[in-house]
Amino acid sequence: MKQKFDIITSTCVPLPLENVDTDQIIPARFLKATDKSGFGDNLFRDWRYDKEGNPIKGFVLNDPTYSGCILVAGKNFGSGSSREHAAWAIAGYGFRVVISSFFADIHKNNELNNFVLPVVVSEKFLAELFDSIKANAKMEVKVDLPNQTVTNLATGKSEKFEINGYKKYCLMNALDDIDFLLENKDKIEAWEQKNQA
Amino acid sequence: MNTLFDKIWDKHVVQIVKDGPTQLYIDRLYCHEVTSPQAFSGMRERGLKCFRPDHIYCMPDHNTPTHDQDKPIADPISKKQVDTLAQNTKEFGLTHFGMLNPKNGIIHVVGPERGLSLPGMTIVCGDSHTSTHGAMGAVAFGIGTSEVEMVMATECILQQKPKSMRISVEGKLGKGVTAKDVALYIMSKMTTSGATGYFVEYAGSAVKNLTMEGRLTLCNLTIEMGARGGFIAPDETTFEYIKGREYAPKGAEWDKAVAYWRTLKSGDDAVFDKEIKFDAADIEPMVTYGTNPGMGMGISQSIPAMKDIDAAGQISFKKSLDYMGFQPGEQLLGKKVDYVFCGSCTNGRIEDFRAFASIVKGKKKAEGITCWLVPGSWMVDEQIRKEGLDKIFEAAGFELRQPGCSACLAMNDDKIPAGKLSVSTSNRNFEGRQGPGARTVLASPLVAAAAAITGIITDPRSIM
Repeated sequence: MKQKFDIITSTCVPLPLENVDTDQIIPARFLKATDKSGFGDNLFRDWRYDKEGNPIKGFVLNDPTYSGCILVAGKNFGSGSSREHAAWAIAGYGFRVVISSFFADIHKNNELNNFVLPVVVSEKFLAELFDSIKANAKMEVKVDLPNQTVTNLATGKSEKFEINGYKKYCLMNALDDIDFLLENKDKIEAWEQKNQA
Repeated sequence: MNTLFDKIWDKHVVQIVKDGPTQLYIDRLYCHEVTSPQAFSGMRERGLKCFRPDHIYCMPDHNTPTHDQDKPIADPISKKQVDTLAQNTKEFGLTHFGMLNPKNGIIHVVGPERGLSLPGMTIVCGDSHTSTHGAMGAVAFGIGTSEVEMVMATECILQQKPKSMRISVEGKLGKGVTAKDVALYIMSKMTTSGATGYFVEYAGSAVKNLTMEGRLTLCNLTIEMGARGGFIAPDETTFEYIKGREYAPKGAEWDKAVAYWRTLKSGDDAVFDKEIKFDAADIEPMVTYGTNPGMGMGISQSIPAMKDIDAAGQISFKKSLDYMGFQPGEQLLGKKVDYVFCGSCTNGRIEDFRAFASIVKGKKKAEGITCWLVPGSWMVDEQIRKEGLDKIFEAAGFELRQPGCSACLAMNDDKIPAGKLSVSTSNRNFEGRQGPGARTVLASPLVAAAAAITGIITDPRSIM
């Protein structure tokens, strides 16, 4: 899943629901795999397919009007279970960015650890973005990680988003936290000597 | 400043990464079969061994069937996941409490009851309900699988230090009001995102007066308001609970440990980023009516009307009630119930089964109710039998099942069928959580027991 992140310009897939929990992103019965592949097929499974496995008409992932690698979701996205399978499903489906006005903590970290960028925008920016997508499904959003800006290209309005410098460096260079921690083993041993004597 | 959270967190800081997160040392990692296989694979691909294998305890709980555990698991995919954990722990030299091992059970029940989760520790697990262990006076929180791999490889994790919040509940809890009700009440006020970015310290006389088991229930549900974790300063109740447990310090080590644990409290001058106070007298037995745990109300109350919901939330509110088959403004009392589930890391401990037994003793299970009583561990099961609660259940027409996560998230066979209404002592009422199409009302063991013998949602105070 390691991939370099720079600037992404894409159409969006809108999901204007609040409190989308990770049980909806990927239901528990699909957590039985022992590798990371294939979760994208079951992203939003119970909203996307009926009991017989037929696509549910009207759900946004089944609507050819909408496509792109940016998911735009309502407030408090990714609450509930810590399952990283939710991030694997989002990445596996092909999303590179999730835009919302608020993310649950654990899920936000899980996205970052899988090179999916969670972009926090203001409620106002989010509401306008939903309006823009509704007005024109082909409108695009530009996410510029180096400059930490997100731009609604339909309105031209732009916002700064937060990301710490360390994580930004990791995303832009396709490095993960384990690479970093392994380089710091001496500090870990020093901590143990001091605290576990 | 000078909060207990600061004390434990700061002690565990290995370094603060420049313009980045904190590298935090972890004392205890728990692993279950669902969120660990990809971490083990990652370790294998990188050619790594576990850095401190003696810090890690593993057990299957999510997939385990709650009957015939002595036979192979029927579902081949569940079986593979459980077998994979056994193989991985063998390969990496880790402690494994497999199925039928007397120490097996739900991780968040087993850790405290075996004395593995202790005050002052940093504890993580690839499971959001790791917040449970905060009841021991530990900084405990759920993590993702990449982070599980980090801890396996380096005993460390990279995290932003959360902000601090103190939630105080003062006063005496009323009749029939349990720790579960306190938690559901707090969530109904805080919403599922109200504590996101915070680590919560619970305080106040109502919290202090909870038993250890009640505290475990309260801390367990902290994640449901978005908080990173929640904990309670250790006190005599904590020490008494831990003393003599299998992995707890013994002899001179015990005295040394307790002396340290007594220092673990927020200073009188502690400053929290946020302080919230509740009055215990305002809390009644609670039920949820929607599809997230923040959508709760007192059992005698009515579901909010649409006009009381803010504009941005109305689509979600309507979707939620449509799923549940409830109307805005109506009461839940008297609604017909199909299933009752007592168990889970929230309410699968001995006191929960004592509470359930206190209601059903001498009565009969209502016709048409399917009820699953699932102990949180074999240790809980043993205690149930020692106290003769199993006989009370049997006489009332209930069957005691074998330990595991069970119908809390329905990864095993214990699925609530589509459309059926379940009163559940578990932690999440999300759409499909207890099975595709299942409708969940979260409540305490007392409310669950009252539903089990009356067949409808019933105020337990009316039959206590």
